Amino acid sequence: MSVPELNCKELVEVVTDYLEGRMPAERRLLLEEHLAFCDWCQTYLEQLRATIRLTGTLREDDIGPAARAALLEVFRDWKGR
Amino acid sequence: MLGGTVLSVSERELLGALRRGDERAFTTLVDRYGASMLRLALIYVRDRAVAEEVVQEAWLGVLRGIERFEGRSSLGTWLHRIVANLAKTRAVREARSVPFSALAGADVEEAGPSVPPERFRGPGDRWAGHWATPPRRWGRPDHELVSAETRAVIAAAIQALPPAQQQVITLRDVEGWSAEEVCNVLALSETNQRVLLHRARTKVRQALDDYLTGS
Repeated sequence: MSVPELNCKELVEVVTDYLEGRMPAERRLLLEEHLAFCDWCQTYLEQLRATIRLTGTLREDDIGPAARAALLEVFRDWKGR
Repeated sequence: MLGGTVLSVSERELLGALRRGDERAFTTLVDRYGASMLRLALIYVRDRAVAEEVVQEAWLGVLRGIERFEGRSSLGTWLHRIVANLAKTRAVREARSVPFSALAGADVEEAGPSVPPERFRGPGDRWAGHWATPPRRWGRPDHELVSAETRAVIAAAIQALPPAQQQVITLRDVEGWSAEEVCNVLALSETNQRVLLHRARTKVRQALDDYLTGS
């Protein structure tokens, strides 16, 4: 089956535009049509989505007690100015 | 996430309490923004002790300037912008970095396709531009992929990125900021932000792929 308008090589260059919702409607339609036929590009897109999710797991929410204590000291110094 | 672009009611209250010298308001803000301010500083200065100093300096600047803060941006955006500016100055002063104004431009213009061209069929082929060597499935659900090792692979891949790409992917995908917030704090155009994000995500995906499929 031929998918003439947007090929795999082009798709990998515009996936971020797609995921960011910054693609003109017509191009987006072409891309979605391509995806519907192309398992390989589906795999590629799914891997990119997994990459984004996994990158999000690097987040830590703690600055550590020492840094926190140092910041409190900054605050108390300022308050006592 | 920086909590919107205008000052919310709770931020207004926090700001008022902070102006009165309320320590609880201060610790609330430290808990909310401290870790991401530190990570932002680390993008520029790398050394953790220096980054912590930068964050302290930023808070001091915030406290001293609190009377003048007009709330045109969210408190979070303001805090991070101060950190970014101080960290940049510090990095330049320590002469361990290229001028930051030049960075984003060079990163945006970085040439080269997202995927090596030999992985696609050539122009003479009936299927020109389609995969010749298609991506191999990772074959594992997310919860099996999340391991200390996988995280180390991602962290190393991010560290290896050119600085502007590193900044954008850290803020967008590690911190979960919106495109608009990143453009605001890093002073990037919307298009350049997206180009940098695309390059960065593509390379991190490739690093994960190399690791997971053993290629």
